[in-house]
Amino acid sequence: MKKTIKQFKVEYVQVLDEKGKVDSKLDPKLSVSELKALYKKMHLIRQYDRKGLALQRTGKTGTYVQYTGQEAGEVALTHCLKKGDWFFPGYRETGALIALGVPISKLLLYWAGDERGMNLHSDVRVFPIAIPVGSQTPHCTGAGWALKLQGKKNAAIVTFGDGATSRGDFHSGLNFAGVYSTNSVFFCQNNQFAISTARARQTMAETIAQKGIAYGVDSVQVDGNDILGLVSVIGSALKKARAGKGPTLIEAFTYRMCDHTTSDDAKKYRDPKDLKVWAVRDPLLRFQKYLKGRKLWSESWEKKLESEHAVLIDQEVKKWEEIGKPPIDQIFAHVFAESIPQFDEQLEDAKRFLK
Amino acid sequence: MTVMTILQAVTAALDQELKRDKAVLVMGEDVGRNGGVFRATDGLWKKYGGKRVVDTPLCESGIVATAIGMAVVGLKPVCEIQFSGFIYDAFEHLASHAARVRHRSMGAFSCPLVVRSPYGGGIRALEHHSESMESIYVHTPGLKVVIPSTPYDAKGLLAAAIRDPDPVVFLEPKRIYRSVKQEVPDDDFVLPLGKAKVVQSGSQVTVVSYGATMKTVREAVIGLDVSCELIDLRTLWPLDEATLLDSVRKTGRCVVVHEAARTLGMGAEVVAVINEKAIYDLESPVVRVTGYDTPIPYYQLENNYIPSKERIKDAVNRVLKG
Repeated sequence: MKKTIKQFKVEYVQVLDEKGKVDSKLDPKLSVSELKALYKKMHLIRQYDRKGLALQRTGKTGTYVQYTGQEAGEVALTHCLKKGDWFFPGYRETGALIALGVPISKLLLYWAGDERGMNLHSDVRVFPIAIPVGSQTPHCTGAGWALKLQGKKNAAIVTFGDGATSRGDFHSGLNFAGVYSTNSVFFCQNNQFAISTARARQTMAETIAQKGIAYGVDSVQVDGNDILGLVSVIGSALKKARAGKGPTLIEAFTYRMCDHTTSDDAKKYRDPKDLKVWAVRDPLLRFQKYLKGRKLWSESWEKKLESEHAVLIDQEVKKWEEIGKPPIDQIFAHVFAESIPQFDEQLEDAKRFLK
Repeated sequence: MTVMTILQAVTAALDQELKRDKAVLVMGEDVGRNGGVFRATDGLWKKYGGKRVVDTPLCESGIVATAIGMAVVGLKPVCEIQFSGFIYDAFEHLASHAARVRHRSMGAFSCPLVVRSPYGGGIRALEHHSESMESIYVHTPGLKVVIPSTPYDAKGLLAAAIRDPDPVVFLEPKRIYRSVKQEVPDDDFVLPLGKAKVVQSGSQVTVVSYGATMKTVREAVIGLDVSCELIDLRTLWPLDEATLLDSVRKTGRCVVVHEAARTLGMGAEVVAVINEKAIYDLESPVVRVTGYDTPIPYYQLENNYIPSKERIKDAVNRVLKG
């Protein structure tokens, strides 16, 4: 006997198309102030990304990881988080952290090699950026599991890229999340590249979203450059998780318009034609068109945002520059809750060679 | 007081901590309904239910990684890795995350979890069931490493590890799980981490060990015409240098014993500390009695690899002559 015992489908969501036209049936119907706040945040983080790059190029910070092209996902997820939720970011999430309200001066500490930059306290609990690709995925599972066990009406969300879905941590994270129905949301920014390796060479699966189905985890693909679609999809996934109704895998279909990091040169592996194709789909541009249609955007507002953000960024850079080098004892601080005798001795040694 | 084995003491500590603190949970493969393959969690699932004594999917990295997420959110997971030879899958999470969460966030977050795992050879097991890889955890900054050798210490140190605000790797000497018995208080108690124990006072030779070989050391010195001071390290990191150095300064001679491979093993660290801080008190070079720098052999030859009483006696006699 042969019969079909399982079939699956993968839904794709787009609310705002490339022309800025909204699908009224799916419109999350955000308020005017919400819409303007979203645009403002996207604008700020895009503007900051240029500054972040410039600061690295002029030798003021170390390696920096840009995110230009992915602003919609970054801002949408932060918009949907509530007090008591947890966020487990990967390294391409400076934009999301800024959108969450983490001071730029603090993030500059981080990108300039100072652990104080990841001492993040906020209403939304932001876990320090994870550098090993996708390793933060099962941490989000554990956090969502703990929130459920504690009976809290909160959720945990994690971000990672398409490359991360090839690693074991994606598997263990989603598998455990499915088994224990954890309060977790897995947000994959499928930006088509893992450094130089194209999405097509990560997996033969046609979508990242369908991988969730194998774990019994609800999964969806969303236009990753569509802020309204993202707010809608991430918002419902978080709501579901907070209600203890289980995890969701979201694949945001987007494109990395920048290099992998400041140590990378995408010209070596990217077809320049792709940049043109994706420039048309730009998340800010289409949102701008939509807002303009609703008379919520104007040239003068754009200019105002630009100068406001320039002032803010400059103030933050200045604030960061004034903080200065970390004290030598920071090496030994917070390794353990209580220091150990070996550290006293080693600190003394380090101090002898202080200039 | 109840006379118990190391294994029963582990169960007693888990029971005590599950009862004391609602944030504590036990998780691992077969730890629930089955009570663990060595029975270390026997009876706990019935008593505390499947939400606090959790049978997990078969995935060591998943166990430790999800435990990290739980720990930062406020739970205190105690993970069991069935055999320490299978931890490698979880090592990235131990080394890159659990060990660094507090430092990376400059104290904003902590990761109070325990990874328990039986270690060591001598039970005629299959490959990968007999390793002594404690040095890799000691060499990973941010982890504490504890190995008990008695039931009393097993209960007190495991309870302390669970209450500790930082991640602790707790390796259990499975060869002597059931062969060492001792009276253990029924009451709630903890022993301090980071403190070695002088098991027996002596004046001529300091013999340092921990875990399963501690039992061999105790037996080896019985009937020897030498006054041996025996030190059980109990916590490998942070290493209790003071207890070690006090003893070596007194005896002037030292033998260090472990079944882990010799090179860069705990013995190397003990020798280095003595070298830096007490070399002029030494009457003869420190001698190491260890496993060899090879994979631990299958069981036909494992007892030729693990330090024996004869090898320990020989070493004590050598340092006396040196």
